[in-house]
Amino acid sequence: MDVLTITGARKRFGDVIALDGADLSLRGAELLALLGPNGAGKTTLIRAIAGRVRLDSGEIRLFGTPVDDRRTRPELGIVPQELAVYPLLTARENLQAFGRLQGLSGRDLTAQVKWALAVTALEDRADEPVKGFSGGMKRRLNIACGVLHRPRVVLLDEPTVGVDPQSRERIYDMLAELTSAGVSLLLTTHHLEEAEARCTRTVIIDHGRVIAAGTLPELVDRTVGRHRLVTFRVNEPVSRPPRGVDIAPEDRRLLRARVSNVAQDLPALLAAIGSQGAEIEDVEVRGPSLQSVFIHLTGRELRE
Amino acid sequence: MIATLLKISWTNLKRDRVAQMLAFLLPIIFFSIFASVFGNQSGNSTPRIRVAVVDEDGSDLSRRIVAGLQAEKGLRTRTTVDGDGKGPVLDRTSAEKLVRDGDVPVAVVLPRGLGATAAAFGSAADAPRVQLLADVSDRVAPQMVYGLLQKVAMTSAPDILMQGGISQFERYAGSLTPEQRSAVKAWLPRLKPGNSDAAPASTTASNGVFGIGVDTVDVMRSKDNRESLISFYAAGIGVMFLLFSMSGASGALLDEVDSGTLDRVLSTRVGMSGLLAGKWTFLSLMGIGQLTLMFIWGRIVFGLDLFHHLPGFFVMTAFTAAAAAGFGLMLATAARTRAQLSGMSTIIILIMSSLGGSMFPRFLMSETMQKMGLVTFNAWALDGYLKVFWRNAPIVALWPQLLVLTCLTIVFLSAARMLARRWEAS
Repeated sequence: MDVLTITGARKRFGDVIALDGADLSLRGAELLALLGPNGAGKTTLIRAIAGRVRLDSGEIRLFGTPVDDRRTRPELGIVPQELAVYPLLTARENLQAFGRLQGLSGRDLTAQVKWALAVTALEDRADEPVKGFSGGMKRRLNIACGVLHRPRVVLLDEPTVGVDPQSRERIYDMLAELTSAGVSLLLTTHHLEEAEARCTRTVIIDHGRVIAAGTLPELVDRTVGRHRLVTFRVNEPVSRPPRGVDIAPEDRRLLRARVSNVAQDLPALLAAIGSQGAEIEDVEVRGPSLQSVFIHLTGRELRE
Repeated sequence: MIATLLKISWTNLKRDRVAQMLAFLLPIIFFSIFASVFGNQSGNSTPRIRVAVVDEDGSDLSRRIVAGLQAEKGLRTRTTVDGDGKGPVLDRTSAEKLVRDGDVPVAVVLPRGLGATAAAFGSAADAPRVQLLADVSDRVAPQMVYGLLQKVAMTSAPDILMQGGISQFERYAGSLTPEQRSAVKAWLPRLKPGNSDAAPASTTASNGVFGIGVDTVDVMRSKDNRESLISFYAAGIGVMFLLFSMSGASGALLDEVDSGTLDRVLSTRVGMSGLLAGKWTFLSLMGIGQLTLMFIWGRIVFGLDLFHHLPGFFVMTAFTAAAAAGFGLMLATAARTRAQLSGMSTIIILIMSSLGGSMFPRFLMSETMQKMGLVTFNAWALDGYLKVFWRNAPIVALWPQLLVLTCLTIVFLSAARMLARRWEAS
C-alpha cells in the first residue's frame, strides 16, 4: 500500500524549473532511495512533501490526505540535510525541545528521549552541549530529533553526508529499526553503494522528472542489462584484440568485454587473449550496479 | 605579495555594500548629526530657550523687563498658559507647572513690589527678588536666562534703576545738593530706552554689580544634579544597548535559517506567527532584565533613586523592552545574513540614538533637531524615563510615550511577520 503519493508535481523558481511533473510513491515500511544529480529536484521534492515548498501544480497525499493539511504534520518526520539542532543545548535538551514542539509531553516525552538517546548511542554524552559533538554524533542526533514523535513517514535529506563508516553503519541500523517498526522512509543520498545495499527500492530523478523507479534488478533490466563487465590487464599493449574485446582508451594494456554468462564465456576470452601472445596479469569481473544504472540514465556530463 | 593582498582586500570591500556604508557613509551621517546638534548650522535652527514670564508686579519696571525679554532673540517667551498669547495669563502656579511638565525649562517670576524697590539693587534684605523657577538639572537654560534677565533689566530700565540707586545713596550718604539733583534730573531722561540721546548701556551690567536680585528655585524634587544625570544616562545608554542586544539576539533567527533549525521548527506544530511570538516574548523579558540590571547598578554604584520610582520604571521598562524586541525582530527578518544584520543595525541604531537623545540630551538640541528626534524610538522611551525620574510624573502622565511605544511595537511586529513570510512555504 502506498503511504505517500506524488502526482504531477511542478515547481518553478523564476526561470529555473525545479520540478517538472514528478510522480513518486512510497510504500509502507520501505526504505526508498531518491537519487539524482545535483540540481535534479531532490531537495525541492523533499521540501514540497514537508510542506516547505508550495507546488505550482500537482498533488502530494500522505495516507490519502493532502500534505498541506495540518493533520498530516504529526505523521511526518523530517531530517534535513543541515544539522538542524541547537548547538548550545545538550543532546537531551535538543530532544526534549523538539519533542515538545511535536506535541510530546510528560512520561511519553521522557520515554521517547530515553529511546532516542539509546538508539543514537548518545546516552553517555546526553548532557553535553551538542557543539562539542563529532559530525557523526550530530548526524545521529539530527535524525533522532526528526523521528522522536513516532511519525509513520520520515523524509531524510542526505542523512549520512560527512560521517565516518562507523556512524554510517549506526545510522543505517537506526533506519532499519524504523522500517522494521513499520515506518516508511524516503532518503536522498549521493552514496549509490549505500542505496544499492540498504534501500528497498530506488527512484531516480533528473531535470525535475522521475526517470526511473524500481528495485535494482528491475532498473538493471530496464537500462544496462544483466551482463557482466570483464576487465583484463595484460603485460604489454595488444595491437589486435580478439573479437568482442575492446582496448580501453585510457590504457592500451587494459582490455574489456561484456559477457552474459561468466562461467561459459570467460575461459574462451582468456584463451583468445593468450593466443595474441600477451600475458594476462589480472582479471576483474563486475556485475551491473546502481552506479552504472545511474550513469546510464543521467549521463556523464557535469551538472554544475 | 602585498599587491595581491591589497587586491583581495579591495575586491572584498568593493563587493561588500555594508562594509562600504560603515566605512564611508556612517561617519558622514554622524558628523552631520553632531554638527547639527552642536554647530547649529542654519539660522533657523538657532536654539531659543523657552521661558514662561509671570508679571506679578505690573509696574513700569516689570513691564519693561517683560518687553525686554520678549524682544530677546535668544528667548521664546510666553505669558499665557497656552502660549501664543492664548489662555489665561500665567501666574506663579501655572508657570511652575509648565516647568515641572517640561514644557519650558525656566519660568521668570517678577514679584510684587519689584518696581517700587528696584533701586535696592537686590541688596536690601526686604527687597523682593526675581525668581527663576527652573529644573536645575538643565545646566544651560537657567544660566542663560539669568544672564539675559540682568542684561534686559539694565538695558530696559536703566533710568529707573539709577533713580532708585540715587535714592539709596541719599538714604545712607545724605541728600544731594541742589546742583547735583539738577544734574541727575537732566541726565536721567537720557538713560531711558528709546531716547535718541540715550547713553549706551553700561557694560558693567553684565557683571551683575548693578543687577536686580535673582533667586533660582529648583521646582523639581530636591535632588542633586548628579543623580538626575545618572538617571538620564542609565536610560539613554540602556535604551541604546537594548536596541543593540535585541537586534543581536534576534539574529538567532538567521542562524536558525542557516542551520535548518527554522525549517525543522516550522515543520512541527508551530507556525511562523507562533515562532515570532515566542521569540518576541523571550526578547521582551530579556530586555526588561537588561534595563532592570542597568538601573539596579545605577542604584548600587551611583545612588540612583530607583526605589521611589519603581512603578513608573517598570511600566516604562516593560513597554520599552517590548518595542525594542519588536524592532530587533523586524531588523532580523529584513536582513539576509548575520553580517547584513550587524551592519544594518549598527547604522540604524547609532543614528537613532544620536538623534533620539541617547548620546546627547535632546533638550539641549535645537528645536529642529528635537522635532526630528521624535521620529526615533529612543526619543519616546527617554522622554518617558525622564518623566519618571526627573519630573516625578505619575504613571498616567506617561500615556503619550506608552501609546507611541505600543504603536511602534505593533508596527515592528507586523513588519517582522510580513518579512518573515519569505521563510514560510515558498
